[in-house]
Amino acid sequence: MVNYFLTIYLVNMRKVDFDSKTIKEHGLSNSEYKKICELLNRSPNLLELGIFSAMWNEHCSYKSSKIHLKKLPTKSKDVIQGPGENAGIIDIGDDQAIVFKIESHNHPSYIEPYQGAATGVGGILRDVFTMGARPIANLNSIHFGSPKHPKTKNLLIGVVKGIGGYGNCVGIPTIGGETYFDESYNGNILVNAMSLGLVKKEKIFYSKASGIDNPIIYVGSKTGRDGIHGASMASSNFDDKTEEKKPTVQVGDPFTEKLLLEACQELMRDDSIVAIQDMGAAGLTSSSVEMAAKGSLGMEINLNNVPCRELNMSPYEMMLSESQERMLIILNAAKEKNAKKIFEKWNLDFANIGKTIKTKKLILKFNKNIVGDIPIEALSIKAPVYDRKFIKKNIPKKQIISKDKFNKLKIIDTLIKLISHPNISNKRWVWEQYDHTVMANTLQKPGGNSGVVRIEKTNKAIAATIDSSAEYCVAHPLTGGKQIVCESWRNLISVGAKPIAITNCLNFGNPEKKNTMGEFIDCVEGISQACNYLKYPVVSGNVSFYNETKEKSIKPTPTIGGVGLIKDYSKMITMNLKSENNILIVVGKTLGYLGQSLFSRIILKNKKGPPPEINLFNEKNNGETILELIDKKYILSAHDISTGGILVSLVEMCIAGNIGVKIDSPKTLVNLYEFFFGEDQGRYIIEIKNDNFNEVSNILDKNSVFFEKIGTVQKDKLTLKNEFDIFIKELIDYNNKWFKSYIS
Amino acid sequence: MRSSVVIFPGSNCDKDIAVALEKFNFKNLMVWHNETTLPKSDLVVLPGGFSYGDYLRTGCIAAKSNIINGVIEFAKKGGLVLGICNGFQILIETGLLPGVLIRNKNLNFLCKNVYLKITNNKNNFLSKFNKEIIKLHIAHNEGNYYVDERNLKTLEDDNLIAFKYCDKKGNIAEENNPNGSIKNIAGIFNKKQNILGMMPHPERMIDKYLSGEDGKLFFNNIFSKHA
Repeated sequence: MVNYFLTIYLVNMRKVDFDSKTIKEHGLSNSEYKKICELLNRSPNLLELGIFSAMWNEHCSYKSSKIHLKKLPTKSKDVIQGPGENAGIIDIGDDQAIVFKIESHNHPSYIEPYQGAATGVGGILRDVFTMGARPIANLNSIHFGSPKHPKTKNLLIGVVKGIGGYGNCVGIPTIGGETYFDESYNGNILVNAMSLGLVKKEKIFYSKASGIDNPIIYVGSKTGRDGIHGASMASSNFDDKTEEKKPTVQVGDPFTEKLLLEACQELMRDDSIVAIQDMGAAGLTSSSVEMAAKGSLGMEINLNNVPCRELNMSPYEMMLSESQERMLIILNAAKEKNAKKIFEKWNLDFANIGKTIKTKKLILKFNKNIVGDIPIEALSIKAPVYDRKFIKKNIPKKQIISKDKFNKLKIIDTLIKLISHPNISNKRWVWEQYDHTVMANTLQKPGGNSGVVRIEKTNKAIAATIDSSAEYCVAHPLTGGKQIVCESWRNLISVGAKPIAITNCLNFGNPEKKNTMGEFIDCVEGISQACNYLKYPVVSGNVSFYNETKEKSIKPTPTIGGVGLIKDYSKMITMNLKSENNILIVVGKTLGYLGQSLFSRIILKNKKGPPPEINLFNEKNNGETILELIDKKYILSAHDISTGGILVSLVEMCIAGNIGVKIDSPKTLVNLYEFFFGEDQGRYIIEIKNDNFNEVSNILDKNSVFFEKIGTVQKDKLTLKNEFDIFIKELIDYNNKWFKSYIS
Repeated sequence: MRSSVVIFPGSNCDKDIAVALEKFNFKNLMVWHNETTLPKSDLVVLPGGFSYGDYLRTGCIAAKSNIINGVIEFAKKGGLVLGICNGFQILIETGLLPGVLIRNKNLNFLCKNVYLKITNNKNNFLSKFNKEIIKLHIAHNEGNYYVDERNLKTLEDDNLIAFKYCDKKGNIAEENNPNGSIKNIAGIFNKKQNILGMMPHPERMIDKYLSGEDGKLFFNNIFSKHA
């Protein structure tokens, strides 16, 4: 390694070009380096090279994804702020808005699971509260390798503790999430954290700098040597030396985050702040450059004023450190004194480190010398953008399953095997480590269709869900992309929420590979089609490429965070079955399609074939009809039918309500396995009163929604005539067993 | 009835408890940890959270904070003091309550509903409870109560145990002990029974839309006694 730390950074002292080793260590290609020299009209010094490296890497520049992300719909009458800010914002009426975003922290979490996951939560919280919102809920999606892989258990334990350790301390409830195991994540786990905040519409803060000679204020923790080049690390593949990257993982301090949150909220009460952004990936560099770029102005920073945790920190380290819990503020000059007082009250650093300038440049001073001088545009709009080569995946051939494969099976054994599988088993062990009730507004905790928190002093509640389906995406990325959006939509519908918008976290392998790029493009296309049709726009998001170790890539895993509004939470629906003699209806048509289903993969060990088709018309129509039935108070409980098909969904409802169901034998002539385990899309199970059957069927008929009665709620057993008769208690045990034994 | 809720910089249940107190007709004031005196109060609450980050032993820095002398003085004069979760940990660190709260037996943070048996209702806090078994929420990493034999004997002999973890029917057994607390203890009183420290969060269960409403009984009860 070059010794970066003792080099003297005088702009006028550069004569020598860097060798290709140094350039490569900075994650830049030779052609990119050439472009830097052209933009500067000279070669950069080491500090400048580091800054280009931070801003031009995939994580910050979106250079491989940018042109494709433009296809996503980002507007609707409810959208206040789409992608491009710290987070997206939607209108929820009464002058209130919800700020939300999802972000990945995959690479650091694999290297150091506790700190990686903890700082992932910290980062997303800051993205939300930097916009003036108070965070009200967190969610997360975590993917691990095979449970049998030697690293999986420790990674799982570390990540869960890290997420809990951070969110619990700041005091934000974690109301939902998903935990998934698959060997494609053996060398690259996924940790995606989502946060939602509540803000008054007239109190939203943005990151666009404005005004000349306004002070640039640094607040929060001191800058240390942690996380230097974190963003570049997240923009490359892993290899045998991955462990050596530990020092590039940041260390979280949730207590300081809590102080920073409260101090910012206090400062945000008046008009002191002109612009504000958190120092996330690429720290001081990205925050200053992005704020200046948005405001079309420049920044002059005196690095001697940056609060440092360690002695003799160099400009290079200060600009590239990813120390946590820091914010950059452009302040109204007249308010500096008062602002300082607030941060002193909360025991946080507050330092004037520079000013906005007219020339669109980033000027860095240190020990009275100019040590860096870069045009802002070279770091922003002039950064490279690639239209990478790609290969699209054709839809695979449908599989024909021979009859004798079913003959060897028993329905009940199959069901037990599925509900005992790691990916279906009860995840209580995970979410009981997250405080899900702090703030005392949680109406639905993890484990249901969606998490729900109410908005104080109103009848409103916000529902949020997080979903991914890598199996469908790897089989056919276009269909997979559509499917996740639809699943997210269904999860919100099932609690009685009107879906409003999504945030997405696109986790993929190496974009320089044609197949990976093809997967990415198709997933984005699928997401785009579904979001367009459902009027469910994307308001924020994040792309994580290079989830690849030794040439082995993860399955394409776009994660969708959906947010919906419940106008009157007294009408909210839960999934637990309510009482005996109520009847259950499957809404949506069951064709019995088994391709890519849990049944095919686990029981038949067949991973081929296309995923189930998505019919967006039915999806929308079925969902809106469910909302109508909820609004008219006919529905007592509801659950979408997803992985595992009708029977697994039914069992989940029984377990949640600790009550049984007498299942009707299917009237159509489909094979029982296809009927009960098929994963046809756009379906829900609803519980209604027997007396209301006519009214409910009228509404379903009127809207041309296919439905069939599936059973009746009964005391404590799940029964299907001639097939099985099993106590719910037993099913609960099977469902709980795997996680318990795995952890202990 | 006037209440004061102390806010430490890392408190995160201060707002929740304030909402609950106001809902049940307390005139509540918030008190910043750097203050040295308490406003006139009938009840002082130390809320849940991570007072000063709790990177050291939970509650130990809070027990040396500016406001804490005021709280101790208030308690010694017989004022009602309630410590919930981190507040309980702080009360122990001040020495106002005996014992120690160590890490949960499975070493994990634990957030769930639990059943509690009210073991002493002859006091200022719980006298009007109309049921013996209630359901409240816990959310903590260090709620495993331990006390030496001599102090345990005093707690038992003087009936100073407020709640014990139990099952739905009130059975107190190891399998319904969520965190490993000695004798399933979830909350205790001081000798004069004007100080209550408890791990469960009544403020999170104050209406039917939350995961239970037994917290309502709790706040209603303090109020009715002193109205």
